[in-house]
Amino acid sequence: MNMKADVTRRTLLDVQDLHTVFEKDGNEVHAVNQVSFDVKEGEILAIVGESGSGKSITAMSLLRLIPSPPGRIVGGRVLFNDQDLLDLGDEQIRRLRGRDIAMIFQEPMTSLNPSLRIGRQLAEPLRVHGSVPKEKVRERCLELLRQVRLGDPEKRLDAYPHELSGGMRQRVMIAMGLACLPKLLIADEPTTALDVTVQAQILELLRDLVRQNNSSMMLITHDLGVVARYADRINVMYAGRIVERGTAEEIFHRPKHPYTLGLMESMPRLDQAPGSRLTPVPGQPPDLSDPPPGCPFHPRCRFAEARCRSERPPLEQITENHWKACWVDTDAKR
Amino acid sequence: MGAYVLRRLLALIPTLLIASVIVFGVVRLVPGDVLDLMLSENAYSSNAPEDRAQLEKALGMDKPLYMQYLSWAGNALRGDLGESLWRNTPVTEEIGARLGVTLELGILALLIALIIALPVGIVSAIRQETLADNVGRSFSILALAIPNFWLGTLVVILPALWWGWSPPTEMTPFFEDPIENLKTFLVPSLILGTSLSAVIMRMTRTMMLEVLRQDYIRTAWAKGLRERSVVLVHAVKNAMIPVITLVGILVPILFGGTVIIEQIFRLPGLGQLLLEAVSTRDYPIITGVFLVTGVVVMLVNLIVDLCYGYLDPKVRFDR
Amino acid sequence: MNASVEPAAVTATPTRPAKRRKPLPKPLAFCARLCRERPLGAVGALICLLLLFTGIFADLIAPQGYNAINPIDRLKAPSAEYWFGTDQLGRDIFARVVHGARLSVIVAFAATTLSIVISALLGILSGYFGGRLDMFIQRLVDGWMCFPDLILLIVAVAVLGPGTWQIIVILGLLFGISGSRIVRGAVLSARQNVYVHAAQSMGASSTRILWHHILPNVMAPLIVLYTTRLAAVILAESGLSFLGLGIPPPSPSWGGMLSLDGRSYMFQAPWLAIIPGIALTVVVFGINMFGDALRDMLDPRMRGGGGRYMARVKRAIGV
Repeated sequence: MNMKADVTRRTLLDVQDLHTVFEKDGNEVHAVNQVSFDVKEGEILAIVGESGSGKSITAMSLLRLIPSPPGRIVGGRVLFNDQDLLDLGDEQIRRLRGRDIAMIFQEPMTSLNPSLRIGRQLAEPLRVHGSVPKEKVRERCLELLRQVRLGDPEKRLDAYPHELSGGMRQRVMIAMGLACLPKLLIADEPTTALDVTVQAQILELLRDLVRQNNSSMMLITHDLGVVARYADRINVMYAGRIVERGTAEEIFHRPKHPYTLGLMESMPRLDQAPGSRLTPVPGQPPDLSDPPPGCPFHPRCRFAEARCRSERPPLEQITENHWKACWVDTDAKR
Repeated sequence: MGAYVLRRLLALIPTLLIASVIVFGVVRLVPGDVLDLMLSENAYSSNAPEDRAQLEKALGMDKPLYMQYLSWAGNALRGDLGESLWRNTPVTEEIGARLGVTLELGILALLIALIIALPVGIVSAIRQETLADNVGRSFSILALAIPNFWLGTLVVILPALWWGWSPPTEMTPFFEDPIENLKTFLVPSLILGTSLSAVIMRMTRTMMLEVLRQDYIRTAWAKGLRERSVVLVHAVKNAMIPVITLVGILVPILFGGTVIIEQIFRLPGLGQLLLEAVSTRDYPIITGVFLVTGVVVMLVNLIVDLCYGYLDPKVRFDR
Repeated sequence: MNASVEPAAVTATPTRPAKRRKPLPKPLAFCARLCRERPLGAVGALICLLLLFTGIFADLIAPQGYNAINPIDRLKAPSAEYWFGTDQLGRDIFARVVHGARLSVIVAFAATTLSIVISALLGILSGYFGGRLDMFIQRLVDGWMCFPDLILLIVAVAVLGPGTWQIIVILGLLFGISGSRIVRGAVLSARQNVYVHAAQSMGASSTRILWHHILPNVMAPLIVLYTTRLAAVILAESGLSFLGLGIPPPSPSWGGMLSLDGRSYMFQAPWLAIIPGIALTVVVFGINMFGDALRDMLDPRMRGGGGRYMARVKRAIGV
């Protein structure tokens, strides 16, 4: 069902060695550390990790939405259609936001302005980027609301956010993100705050609309289940770095990194014996202001060896569609 | 919205009732009865018991306390606050002649405070830790500590010493010559407004910083809005809700300020009337001014509530 | 298949139980923290200590007393002999400012303590027992708060007459009633805590719950309220004395020294207007700064916390 990764497709976004730090009590916290990945045209790319792994900061860094101070992008390149977004002036990046790259956030309850009507907020990207003529704005808003399958769109335009449910608000957020037909949509945990049944609907909707518009999507989530079903390729992030990468099929069926394995085991599966226990990844994510030496995952890793404690493994290609950053041959040890 | 206004108006009634009981009660606590005072100061012969009884009856003070309250409150509702003890003019007339000055001073001061505080507070928040921010914050720290009566005193004395200039103290009625009138009010309301602006500025800055961190501000940036729209459309309206509350809280303080400033600049306002009445122990006037300030504050609070309804859609619909 | 994992399992972010308020830190550690985190607050604390010291040792610092009249040295400018100059009666302004500090300390501490006791009593009664009593007290407070502080004070002085103890009682009552709101809020939130419910269900008596569970939680806001009230009391007393309604002469109230009675001399001797004002401003500044620092350190709930956006960033960087 998924469109499988296709190396011949054009690269839309190419992130190279992105490095974002935060100032904390005089220390530098490396929230995103030398992260590289790319998004192809028409592809759905997932970034998976626990909260605090740096996945949201990565997403915000792309559009330079990091609150500064305390945050700072200290290195790397973000090539969008071969143009480095980190080199753009404030005005140029502003014109790109919402028009070429749009973002949908995690918290539908707080991501809409409580004192402005939905219609006003939905129309804003259209107006500021002049995507449709002024007299067509309302019409386009209605069309967008119909696209995200929000009932009674006329009435919703005049509603305030507090009059809508969480799912409805997230639909509005999606409509807002898609308003200018962006080439890339970044969805940061778009379904976390929602009921399970609504989650599935929203994700289907997102996928269908992205395919329909021929856009690409970067899906950021902690939920491997979501990823397996909707993503073409997956990047697994831990402690500010990418630790495993591959096609959805590779990662899902042949996970190599112990952290990915841990995430898999903490996920309920249909082929599991009823009543068997889910095992969460033991331990806590590391304190990024004082990361452990060697592989950042070793304190929580059941396969850890002497080498893991002193040397950090680089991200290396192991098969055609699979990269991992780990010294251990996990298949042999399982 | 109409229902909301009506609800707010109805909510005013119990408060008004309690406030009137407080006014009545506090003034009735006067040690050494008003009667004694009147008997000793007026031409009543000595302290003869029959004179006292007569006066008591004339003033309705022989009735039980609650009856006295009811008749006082009933009269007050009809706009009759009694007569000045010494001048025999109706209290409402005395107050009416002075209220305008106080309101003009207060409104001008509030306007000046907002004109200074809002832009500086907003700029201070969006340009945190810059020169503008530091200047604004130092100013507000200083202005919070300087008592307005000292500032007023200095403004009267120092320019007179240095340049032989002193602020005008002759009051011209507004409708005779608005320019002259505003000239008289300019310095006093500037002083009052400056001390008031410090608090509003601080609050505006804090609330703007708070709002600028909200998720919907990030959404606004992500849409590609200009900074001007993010700040003015998305941030300011939400930050104004607590600031409006603060303005409501400040109005009573502003009233206190007008009393002092009127005294320094010899403006014939309510404050002056009150102080005169206190020194001559003219209790009906004291009671009247007391009640009127309470009612004015209540009305301002009503306006503040209505502003909420405008700014915060949740208030308008939910309650 | 698409069933999402309960995020807590994967993210392993510990869900923190509602934190109990930390016990007040040890004095020395607290001072160190104050100097490190809030240098301006430390300066404020120093000013407060200086005021306290001056007040306590006023007789040693200025042994001639505040009312030593020296007719030969009338209106002398500041000099080596008279550091702050002399007034129209030849009294040493330095001695008067020093003894004025004592008066401020006495009035401020007495009135503030009284007000805090009233606030705590009303707030705890209203917040803890709730119901009709709460309704009744809150409506009374509503009515009371309609009146501007200064107007209430003036009317109260008109009723009770001027004098030091009258001022203390009036200020204590005034600020006590308005402060009860803050205490009530703190009590209400403490009452909702799990351990209070637990204690209640275990049959603990009201007194016990109040003493062991509610009071410790109300301490921090009470301490913060205390410091902010100190400044408000000093300002209110000086304002009243400025109007000639506070502490009567020859007592050396700073506000009284600035009062209109001395206005005509101030043109000849501007230090009469400048020195007491500076003393007042420095003291109010000091208390404000110390109070702000104390509030941020003891009662973070009273300052605006970051929104969820900031919280996420903080979580991401492990703050």
